[in-house]
Amino acid sequence: MVADQVIEAAGCWVVPGLIDVHVHLREPGFEHKETIATGTRSAALGGFTTICCMPNTSPVIDNEILVEYIKLKAEREGVVHVLPVGAITKGQKGEELANIGKMAQAGACAISEDGKTVMNAGLLKKAMKYAAMFHIPMLSHCEDPTLAGSGAMHGGAYSELLGIKGIPADAEEVIVARDLLLARGTGVKLHLCHISTKGSVQLLREAKARGEQVTAEVCPHHFTLTDAAVEGYDANTKMNPPLRSAEDVKSIKRALADGTIEIIATDHAPHHEDDKNCEYENAAFGIVGLETALALGITQLVQEGYLTPMQLIAKMTLHPAKLLGIDKGTLEVGRAADMTIIDPAATYRVNMQEFASKSRNTPFHGMNLQGKIRYTLVDGKIIVEEGKLVEE
Amino acid sequence: MFARKDLLGIRDLSQEEIQYILNTAREMKEKVDCVEKRSHQLDKISMATLFYENSTRTRMSFALAGEYLGASVLDLGVASSSVKKGESLIDTGVTLDQMGIHVMIIRHGMTGSAHLLARNVNACVINAGDGSNEHPTQALLDIFTIQEKKGRIKGLKVAIVGDIAHSRVARSNIFGLTKLGAEVVLAGPSTLLSKGMEVLGAKVTTDIKSAVKDADVVMGLRVQLERQKGGQFPDLREYSHLFGVDEKILRSARPDALIMHPGPVNRGIELSTDIIDGPQSVINEQVKNGVAVRMALLSVLIEGRKQNETAYQTWKSHRPSMEYRQDTRCTH
Repeated sequence: MVADQVIEAAGCWVVPGLIDVHVHLREPGFEHKETIATGTRSAALGGFTTICCMPNTSPVIDNEILVEYIKLKAEREGVVHVLPVGAITKGQKGEELANIGKMAQAGACAISEDGKTVMNAGLLKKAMKYAAMFHIPMLSHCEDPTLAGSGAMHGGAYSELLGIKGIPADAEEVIVARDLLLARGTGVKLHLCHISTKGSVQLLREAKARGEQVTAEVCPHHFTLTDAAVEGYDANTKMNPPLRSAEDVKSIKRALADGTIEIIATDHAPHHEDDKNCEYENAAFGIVGLETALALGITQLVQEGYLTPMQLIAKMTLHPAKLLGIDKGTLEVGRAADMTIIDPAATYRVNMQEFASKSRNTPFHGMNLQGKIRYTLVDGKIIVEEGKLVEE
Repeated sequence: MFARKDLLGIRDLSQEEIQYILNTAREMKEKVDCVEKRSHQLDKISMATLFYENSTRTRMSFALAGEYLGASVLDLGVASSSVKKGESLIDTGVTLDQMGIHVMIIRHGMTGSAHLLARNVNACVINAGDGSNEHPTQALLDIFTIQEKKGRIKGLKVAIVGDIAHSRVARSNIFGLTKLGAEVVLAGPSTLLSKGMEVLGAKVTTDIKSAVKDADVVMGLRVQLERQKGGQFPDLREYSHLFGVDEKILRSARPDALIMHPGPVNRGIELSTDIIDGPQSVINEQVKNGVAVRMALLSVLIEGRKQNETAYQTWKSHRPSMEYRQDTRCTH
């Protein structure tokens, strides 16, 4: 065999293409924030070769036609693999089941009501049983809106100091507990999205000790920043779940280290400047994350000794692939060549102006991070070369 | 010397800065009472009040404070302005900035809105209440009133009673009073109070009697019916029965205790009418002192600005620029 091209990668990590199970591509409906074209380029620059896009678009992805539409658009305009996530209920209204079966057949990789919680426990349990038939996981956004209220940051010492209404930890934990209880015996693969509190970690740990089939993800911002970052009222520190206390962050890092939390996902949530450069309480929830995730993992987790490089990469490749039941996340002869080459020693300063994402809403602008994506290959094709997008 | 562009909250101020404003207010007070003593210190300075929430005292007080010092004062009637057409706070602020306004006084229903405005305009910004965060000039006038009556702040016990959770007045007072060495006790129903507020340096209790006991100052706070969507207590009768301050409760305070209230009062709910109008009440003096304190604040902000030559030049030439704009990004 003769190589077409040789990439010099001494000192680099050559890893399976990263997989992100939690991305908002905003298309259709919010193309001023992000599109499939820009979002997948952002993913590629972040080293991701497969991303799952959440259904809270307009219209909501709640039927097979929209699943087909996303796939088609992604094939035509995207540069990485896009796996659509279908809604649990029609229109995310929490009233009746969406076409879960047809969506699964059309290629939906999971179901989720992300951004919302199905508050009707009976309906949710039905959805769990139903989804289990199609072997697709349920990605659960855990937030009780009656407890979260109109809060805009974590309810704790800093919300008291800053005078912002808090979102208490129990708004998340009460639904984590509920979903863990409901999932038992349904056969569904329950996956908890973006858990952020010590209490959620505790509940997860207990469920795993009982041998229940459950996984969880954490976002890079939740292991990097605390609620202290809200000082100054920059709305780029506003996300849902909110940045939590130092104690919560410590507990999240420990759960990553001991394997209780097996997946890192970005919850990439692009928003237009107008949705962020306004009153904190009026501002939209969420930050972009695809282009900073890996470096935050290396800087915050590997450098600080919480994870080995292999553990970090597994949380962004192998474990997400297992959750989705897809034939990715490993490097083997004969497999699709989704591959990422990382220079783990390179340091850089985050510059939001360089993002390929259409949005710039990040709290990490100006932060010095370690770990740079050099190459991203999708199906053997070079998409990112020396940290830059290759455009045909 | 006061070297700030804006006054956004008491939390940011040092003890010395608070005292500096209070000392200046003492000089200003006579100008409120005596027409002859009003001055032209702020001649050619223009101010605008931007009130996104209702107000009688604060808005009038700021407007008069400006006029008594010779400034020209405009009010952006929010209800009849482009705000109603959906203009953003930043755009409104920048528009006024371009017209050469030197001081903007903002009240807004959202926490951090004064900070947002301040970051985006060249003018000095004074926070006249942002959401449930701070109302710094109210705290300054409260502290001024206490100091005037008691001769000191250090060592006094101040009980703040009522709707604490929604109260920016309480929060600014806690920051200010504790910085100056007072002991602050908060009392109210557990749903209008959070134990977490102890991080602000105050004691928190639901026992109104223990809060008022031996207090030097009893400050009633208005039950904010407009922020009461969640039904935080069964009804007003039960509230006033359990948490209203009346003559009987007041007896456990020190005999010379002051009764204060930022206004407007719900008579018979947080305070009984007899003590509102009684000899210990300084509620009306608070209002007068409010003008003096705001005059002082305007004066120290403008004098401070004049010391900053470049900033002052842009004012004089009426070409407001963005050079004073601070970096809006937080870096970690």
